[in-house]
Amino acid sequence: MNFERFWAVFLCRNWEFLRDRSTLTWNLLFPISLIAGFAVAFSGPGLDLYKVGVLSDASGGNGGDFFQTRYVQFIPVADLAATLPKIERHQLDMLVDPVGRRYWINEESPKGYVLERVLRGAGAPTDFNKQTVSGRVIRYVDWVLPGIMAMNMMFSCLFGVGYVIVRYRKNGMLKRLKATPLTPLEFLSAQVASRLWLILATTVLVFIGTDWVLGFPMHGSYLNLFIVFVIGAISLISLGLIVAARTASEEVAAGLLNALSWPMTFLSGVWFSLEGVHPVLQQCAQLAPLTHIIDAARAIMIDGAGLAAISGHLLMLTAMSLGFMAVSAWMFRWE
Amino acid sequence: MTVLLETRHLIKHFRGVKAVNGIDLTLLTGCCFGLLGPNGAGKTTTVEILEGIQQPTSGTIRYLGEALGPRFRQDIGIMFQSTALQDHVTGRENLQMFASFYQRRLPLDALIEACALGEFLDRDTRKLSGGQRQRLLLAIALVNDPELIFLDEPTTGLDPQARRNFWELIHRIKARGKTILLTTHYMEEAYHLCDEIAIMDHGKIIAQGTPRKLLATHFDDVVLQLPLADFPDPAPPLAHPVVYGRDTVDILTQDVGATVQELLAYNIPLARLLIRPRTLEDLFLELTGRELRT
Repeated sequence: MNFERFWAVFLCRNWEFLRDRSTLTWNLLFPISLIAGFAVAFSGPGLDLYKVGVLSDASGGNGGDFFQTRYVQFIPVADLAATLPKIERHQLDMLVDPVGRRYWINEESPKGYVLERVLRGAGAPTDFNKQTVSGRVIRYVDWVLPGIMAMNMMFSCLFGVGYVIVRYRKNGMLKRLKATPLTPLEFLSAQVASRLWLILATTVLVFIGTDWVLGFPMHGSYLNLFIVFVIGAISLISLGLIVAARTASEEVAAGLLNALSWPMTFLSGVWFSLEGVHPVLQQCAQLAPLTHIIDAARAIMIDGAGLAAISGHLLMLTAMSLGFMAVSAWMFRWE
Repeated sequence: MTVLLETRHLIKHFRGVKAVNGIDLTLLTGCCFGLLGPNGAGKTTTVEILEGIQQPTSGTIRYLGEALGPRFRQDIGIMFQSTALQDHVTGRENLQMFASFYQRRLPLDALIEACALGEFLDRDTRKLSGGQRQRLLLAIALVNDPELIFLDEPTTGLDPQARRNFWELIHRIKARGKTILLTTHYMEEAYHLCDEIAIMDHGKIIAQGTPRKLLATHFDDVVLQLPLADFPDPAPPLAHPVVYGRDTVDILTQDVGATVQELLAYNIPLARLLIRPRTLEDLFLELTGRELRT
């Protein structure tokens, strides 16, 4: 490994990224829009989970306590015929006619089922006593934010490295580099390092901006969180390198990167907990680096976990990084 | 002169097709060697094997008596016909990056001056003209003061001024005792620059030698060229071979005086008659045929 050669490629890659105004703007605008989106979505009262159409009048006089239910958005509607298709298409979870004492739900809609139970008062047996959980109050945004930051990092790592190397291969630049003393290790390390610092800088920006707008809790160490993001980003970049190792077509690369990123997004618990999901899927989720990044980040930010508590995740991420790098180095072809 | 690069019975198969079929080449130090051939002749594959970019199916390549290795990588410079450079990076930054790859380096200022890069050196490489880009690529190929320089169709797409300018640069490199392997589709360029040429077709070398020697070996006649419009139709029964071109008629003869007399006897106007010696292009077409290759 010759550091001078590594540094020269690293610098040129950085110049290329920083001077490409469209890419740079997108990479800066996207996290800023993300923060703005969070501000709009989460700064007011809690998100409504259900949508109920109310025919004619929404005063709620005839619906009793049902119309006072929290987390349900009641939407006045005037035309029954025009509204029923919205129930069929899950655009509304329920339609209530307080005057006619009728309601409509889609039998296939889980939300409709729950709303029906609430409306009909089919609650728990009356001999159950309510208990409340004490301790830190965790909003949904506090829980979902580490996942969104990790997801943003994942897309940037996978596409930022995978696409660029495939483009270099397609336009013949890798062939030219092959004819020099530059080794694949030096070239790939420079690509990883360049993308790594850019992603970390972006993630820190998102973190600070989101905290400024939303003010989320941070109960653990910032350094520990940074370590998780560094190792996590390396593992994701290395995964991107595997895709870029031989692919010569940007279309194929896009397909492969999507095939990796979307299952990871769904399985890693970015938006919802994996509790109750089929055990096989839960095991599959453990194979994805994104799962470990999110779990470790949540443990640090929400529970104040230290390095020892998240060591399992760090070990998995390190092992995955080494494994992915080894595979990509073995598979790599200049042409 | 010593042997710099030598190949013996080089073969390369691609899915059953012999792209290179038993090439023996010897490049001497300080020589400019031209490799010519029609499209699909196996020229690019041969050059890429010589550059170490592709591995031959069989055969040997030796650089200064050794197999191609790290020393070879340090000693060569390559200019592909269409090398892509990193976008948004200036010529100077590209030069600096490539320079950092090598142990031996030419002073950048000298290189910049030699290749006349000064006026556009700090410009984004995407904004260079064809000639400027080729000069930058040549500078990159020379950044390590290479002993052996591969130039793959370096003047394709350049205007005549830029091409002449490029020839001057190559002459200067030759004057410094460097060895050059040049591929080109311009026969005039090969004749002007090369000390020795090899013509390839169907993966084999079909002719090799100095340009003058090759012409002398294959031809003992000259060409009397007339515009097609001045030549009668149907053609008179001349005693010499007649080759029809798109706009011209070539009469191949060893006796110019007698042929001119013969043309006068048929009342053919000679005001626009052109007498020229045989060229490399004639040789190329004679050896590889006139049908279009893709």
